[in-house]
Amino acid sequence: MSLDATMPRASAPAILPGSGGMRGALSDLFWRRPQLLLLLMLLPPVLWLGIVYIGSLFALLAQSFFSIDEYSGLINRQFTLKTYGDLFQAANLDIILRTVTMAALVTLASAIVAFPIAYYAARYARGRWKALFYLGIMLPLWSSYLVKIYAWKLILAKEGILTWLLAKLHLLGLLDAWLSLPVVGGNSLSVSFTGTFIVFVYVWLPFMILPVQAALERVPGNLVEASSDLGASPGQTFRNVLFPLALPGIVAGSIFTFSLTLGDYIIPQIIGTSRLFIGQAVYSQQGTAGNIPLAAAFTVVPIIIMGFYLWGAKRIGAFDAL
Amino acid sequence: MTSAVSFQKVSRHFGSVRAVDAVDLDITPREFFAMLGPSGSGKTTCLRLIAGFEQPTSGSISIFGERAEGVPPYRRNVNTVFQDYALFPHLNVLDNVAYGLMVKGVGKAERHKAAEEALSLVRLPGYGARRPGQLSGGQRQRVALARALVNQPKVLLLDEPLGALDLKLRENMQEELKSLQKALGITFVFVTHDQGEALSMADRVAVFNDGKIMQIGTPEDIYQRPKTRFVADFVGSSNVLPPDFVQRYSGQHRWASLRPESIRVGRAASGEGVAARLVSTNYLGATTKLALDADGLKLHAIVPAGTALPVEGEAVVLTFNREHLHLMDEPA
Repeated sequence: MSLDATMPRASAPAILPGSGGMRGALSDLFWRRPQLLLLLMLLPPVLWLGIVYIGSLFALLAQSFFSIDEYSGLINRQFTLKTYGDLFQAANLDIILRTVTMAALVTLASAIVAFPIAYYAARYARGRWKALFYLGIMLPLWSSYLVKIYAWKLILAKEGILTWLLAKLHLLGLLDAWLSLPVVGGNSLSVSFTGTFIVFVYVWLPFMILPVQAALERVPGNLVEASSDLGASPGQTFRNVLFPLALPGIVAGSIFTFSLTLGDYIIPQIIGTSRLFIGQAVYSQQGTAGNIPLAAAFTVVPIIIMGFYLWGAKRIGAFDAL
Repeated sequence: MTSAVSFQKVSRHFGSVRAVDAVDLDITPREFFAMLGPSGSGKTTCLRLIAGFEQPTSGSISIFGERAEGVPPYRRNVNTVFQDYALFPHLNVLDNVAYGLMVKGVGKAERHKAAEEALSLVRLPGYGARRPGQLSGGQRQRVALARALVNQPKVLLLDEPLGALDLKLRENMQEELKSLQKALGITFVFVTHDQGEALSMADRVAVFNDGKIMQIGTPEDIYQRPKTRFVADFVGSSNVLPPDFVQRYSGQHRWASLRPESIRVGRAASGEGVAARLVSTNYLGATTKLALDADGLKLHAIVPAGTALPVEGEAVVLTFNREHLHLMDEPA
């Protein structure tokens, strides 16, 4: 039997069939010059990011070097560091410190809550359970942020379900004891920093779970086995293998939770005390107070903090496993 | 003498799949023991049972006389060289090798010294500062070996450690592993699907199929005297001869095996023998492999290079010494 017998004889294709008109010529051009295609693809986003986004950011930064005339309320467009000096007034410093502490605590709590969920999803969940995991994580993101916060306001209110549940469990004393504490306490959870903290953790949790899960997914299962084989207890395997390899994911997640908390102004306004966070300060300075320079200076604070945060994370080797 | 590893009626079932099914096994201390079989035959599961990554569904496992069921991997003085090495990507080579000592609480200076020595043992001195990602496959393999050996295990488990290496490197590593095992006097349990590797390295070989051990013996035993058709076929591709054929030559109605190198191929009409037709020839360098068809029975023969060969399709006559015909235990 020869090969010819099995091959269709009719209409043998040309060795080098010609290009198919304009579109074909265009494809050929891009194939010959891949840089041209890259340029065409990148130009719109680069223009958008470079001019509209970075540009407005610099316009904002420039504003922070102006000052406001306290009598006339007009903006004095001359270079000064006075506005930055204002940030160091006790009241403003308080706002910064409060916001950074909250952001750090929210990040820490998110990481602790997210890790087991991400670990389960990465190592055990398969098929249907994995789909359920993604649905469970993403579902809260599909509904309006405001609806969720108002829902939490009801949950945390004195007449809310949480108080009711604790009363049924005869644990109301515990809640009252917590609420009577200074700083974290208040009249009810919905008007305390504890409430603000709970809602922040809830709202930003998906942004922590997903990167941690992605990082853990990339850790081959046999590394855990190898560690165990070499004599490491589960705790030692976590500290020496899993945690360092998940760290880039935790840092990526913490960039979200930390910076989102630093900038948010809606959650502390609806749930919490009357004391301001940076976001609220920016909102009120540029709105009611009309002090755009101070609002701009406040905006610079999270940028600087995040810069230090990333630098520190790099220093401790958080990105080494990337 | 206490066995290094002893399996008594050990089974490991995954749902309805019997990965390991009632296996009995005794591995002698200081032995180089190979587990050979096709993929899915249960050999790797057996290794994982010794390491402690799997627990037996039934039966008992003891390591140097101590019962091992329910003992986690981190409390077994047994170390594994993984198939894809499983080096920690975030640690450098030295810290990878020193890992086992680190988790046991050995001080930094002491464990680094031991790790350096282990690296010299596998002929990688001075590689400590590199990352696993900067090493070649063969070097990673040596690091994985050093990482296991530094703990001075009683039993070293090797899960197809040479599978990912190219042929030349693999041959070098086979020799090195063998001499290392002799020098250190550690019991090696080596899993492979490569029969050549198992035969050339091991003191004894267990041939696995379908979760069961088909035969345990020295390489010569396994090769020359296979007990079943499976072993004859899998180890070195013997010709498996059906009972009716065998009866004509040995008088016994049994299955038999005949090594391809035991078959002599002659021109037709040159005398007595099995009439056959040459189907194809396959040049292998030192030898040539001939595929033959003896009245529907497919056979193959291996002849040294340089032998004058009939052309494909030509009628030939096959002869062999009757003592080379090995009768198998397997019932007809």
